Amino acid sequence: MSVAEREFNHMFGKDPYSIPLEGYDVSQPELFMSGTELPYFERLRKEAPVHYCNDSENGPYWSVTRYKDIMEVESNPAVFSSEPGITLADPEPDFDISMFIAMDEPKHGDQRKTVQDIVAPTSLANLEPIIRERIEGILDTLPLNETFDWVDKVSIELTGQMLATLFDFPFEQRRKLTYWSDVATTIPGPDALIQSIEERQNILLTECLPAFTELWNQRVNEPPKGDLISMLAHGKETRDMGPMEFMGNLMLLIIGGNDTTRNSLSGGVLFLNQNPDQYDKLRAHPELIPKMIPEIIRYQTPLTHMRRTATEDYTLNGQNIKKGDKVAMWFLSGNRDPEAIENPDDFIIDRERPRQHLSFGFGIHRCMGNRLAEMQLRVTWEEILKRFEKVEVVGDPVRNYSPFVRGYAELPVQLRPIAK
Amino acid sequence: MTKITFVKHDGEKFEVDAENGTSVMNAAVDNLVPGIDADCGGECACATCHVYVDETWFPKTGGTNDAEEAIMSLNPDRQETSRLCCQVPVTDEMEGLVVRLPEFQF
Repeated sequence: MSVAEREFNHMFGKDPYSIPLEGYDVSQPELFMSGTELPYFERLRKEAPVHYCNDSENGPYWSVTRYKDIMEVESNPAVFSSEPGITLADPEPDFDISMFIAMDEPKHGDQRKTVQDIVAPTSLANLEPIIRERIEGILDTLPLNETFDWVDKVSIELTGQMLATLFDFPFEQRRKLTYWSDVATTIPGPDALIQSIEERQNILLTECLPAFTELWNQRVNEPPKGDLISMLAHGKETRDMGPMEFMGNLMLLIIGGNDTTRNSLSGGVLFLNQNPDQYDKLRAHPELIPKMIPEIIRYQTPLTHMRRTATEDYTLNGQNIKKGDKVAMWFLSGNRDPEAIENPDDFIIDRERPRQHLSFGFGIHRCMGNRLAEMQLRVTWEEILKRFEKVEVVGDPVRNYSPFVRGYAELPVQLRPIAK
Repeated sequence: MTKITFVKHDGEKFEVDAENGTSVMNAAVDNLVPGIDADCGGECACATCHVYVDETWFPKTGGTNDAEEAIMSLNPDRQETSRLCCQVPVTDEMEGLVVRLPEFQF
């Protein structure tokens, strides 16, 4: 039976506590698109913190929903492998792009080390003035007191400019990077950006790969410089990569730097509007921005989960995970676990220890762009507060149809200037 | 109580009285020493409590353990006497320990 013909226990619109735990499937994208996913995770944390779903669009899988259990999985990469993939959906057959986020040691470490210097804190000090200039450029051209889409005009534009800078990609073509990232992460469907998996593969193979191959060929014949393509082309561990591995690692860096920052940029605006007392506090104390940024990242959790695959039988919090089982670490849920974080459902811009959250993961696969992400968000909010009294949300956000990339397709806002 | 000195990248010194049985990371966090982020809270899962142990003290901190090695092998700022100080217990033998902090935690 094909996936389309199978009957799933559709959970959207139902009281989480009315659904039998057998077949309880938190990965259904409707939950995330409607913004109603959190209570479904709350029930799992309370009643079945390590839960086996026996059937889903992506087959059976375990959900790990408590902070402490997620840390245990993250800390044991030998048992919980990142191969063959890090999302619940399996890698597409006959389309073997490989990326180091979905590799184990030693290859993961070797490849990661090649590119992580660009996002190491020492490089960030050099990047910050460039980033600030670009952010100023974007914010200064926005209309005042009229409705526009914050996602398109700010979040996407900013992350697109950032990626073009990090890759030294032709600046005027920067939206292609955003487009390819979206193509790679969109769930195909009749109304979606892509209609089928074949279309995805076709776009990546006939548009994305040739464009990057051309840049690779150009950079490999030039002396090494500080952009990511040059680093890959000259790096000892990466210079002999085949085309699919090259594209895989590029896609990893594009997606890693795209959706996550974009959706945190949008999420922050939304959360401050939903919590006017926090917005007031921020205006009165802009020095809280560095503490607010990790709180935004926790509250948004732009990547809801990472998947691991058990390499041997393992007992986690009393549940017997079998060799070969898929295990989803739901960072989104761990970030709302009251046993780890006080008042986790509240958005509080001056929390103690705000970086104690799971959005970047932990262990050897911990997000290597974490400090870059924080810096981009910090500088953006510094510049927003200099210009606008309020970024006012004037309509409902449109949320992504995805159980993986948690974010916004649209966020209508109006800008209120600071009274002079 | 055991005396430990943290030296920031810019040379500023923080001398703290650490409680035996905790970790050097806890001593820093409890005494508000800046530059020890300890994002994971002491689980050896993030490398944001990275310190350079003074050479004479390094052997006394015990060797780098396997979990620490896995994380630290990915850290571009690693030096020979690098430790994640959440993995260094405070004992009487550590009286007078001096550790330096990297410019950034990564």
